[in-house]
Amino acid sequence: MSEIVEGPWLDGDAGRLVRPYTVSDGRTKPSAHFDLLTLVMATGTRPHSYLGPDHSHVLGLCGGPLSVAEIAAHIRQPAMVAKVLLSDLVDCGAITARAPERAPLGSDPTDRDLLEAVLDGLRKRL
Amino acid sequence: MGSVNDSDLFPTALKILIAGGFGVGKTTLVSSVSEIEPLSTEELLTQVSVATDDLEGVEKKTTTTVAMDFGRITLSADHVLYLFGTPGQERFWFMWDELSAGALGAVVLADTRRLEQCFAAVDFFERRGIGFIVAVNQFDGGYHYDPEEVRAAIDLKPDIPVVLCDARQSHSGTQVLVSLVQHLIDSRSQHVIDVI
Repeated sequence: MSEIVEGPWLDGDAGRLVRPYTVSDGRTKPSAHFDLLTLVMATGTRPHSYLGPDHSHVLGLCGGPLSVAEIAAHIRQPAMVAKVLLSDLVDCGAITARAPERAPLGSDPTDRDLLEAVLDGLRKRL
Repeated sequence: MGSVNDSDLFPTALKILIAGGFGVGKTTLVSSVSEIEPLSTEELLTQVSVATDDLEGVEKKTTTTVAMDFGRITLSADHVLYLFGTPGQERFWFMWDELSAGALGAVVLADTRRLEQCFAAVDFFERRGIGFIVAVNQFDGGYHYDPEEVRAAIDLKPDIPVVLCDARQSHSGTQVLVSLVQHLIDSRSQHVIDVI
């Protein structure tokens, strides 16, 4: 929590200028299922219809594969707002998405090759 | 799901959870091993709670907004690992269900001065059958315990590794993740042997 300061609130201190779900036209549910770790990337296809500034902003972030969580953090909006905007972009063909790997939980064996690949990748960083 | 035709272009996104009590160094650990500045996102999570009104007697679903810190490690062209710090406040324990879905495993970060703070996380991962290790964050000025003393104090099963670390150091933090993944591989092999 930031301290209470005298004087006007400026920039980030003033909070959001626009209420969060205004950006998503009041919608709180995306048209497709997105996980925080769903990866998205621009297809290079520009949609025929006009994209608003928020959609354009999100599309601009999708140059390389990026997770929904990262997009949400970059546009400083709740993850659900990012998901709504991203689902619009998927619907108009501007981006493509891939769901995250689901590691089986419980007694189901986790993919050994996958774990070995993760271990190799981590060891290279030591 | 939308278009998945170009899935070859995408790496596989994986998730490891960093759990533990408030102020134990979860965000420090995430930031020391992450290749990006740790980011924060808010997610609306569903909590199933028993109604407080006895006359009603049904389960109610309520939603809560929780902020999560996370970082990223690109392991290779094919694999990207995301590290999510779970909110430390105990009243948010319910959200781990959604957060833990699909996680490879978890690191329970512990502070020996407040060891009881990690009990909730240990309990949760044991019950859910999610592979985890305990990493003791060595704070300056704190008494340095032997890992076996910590194991006894938490009443941890013998097969769960306890490692010591300095969450501020990238090398040490990465070593913790290596220990976790090695443990996941070992316990998987053990499981296969048990089945045979």
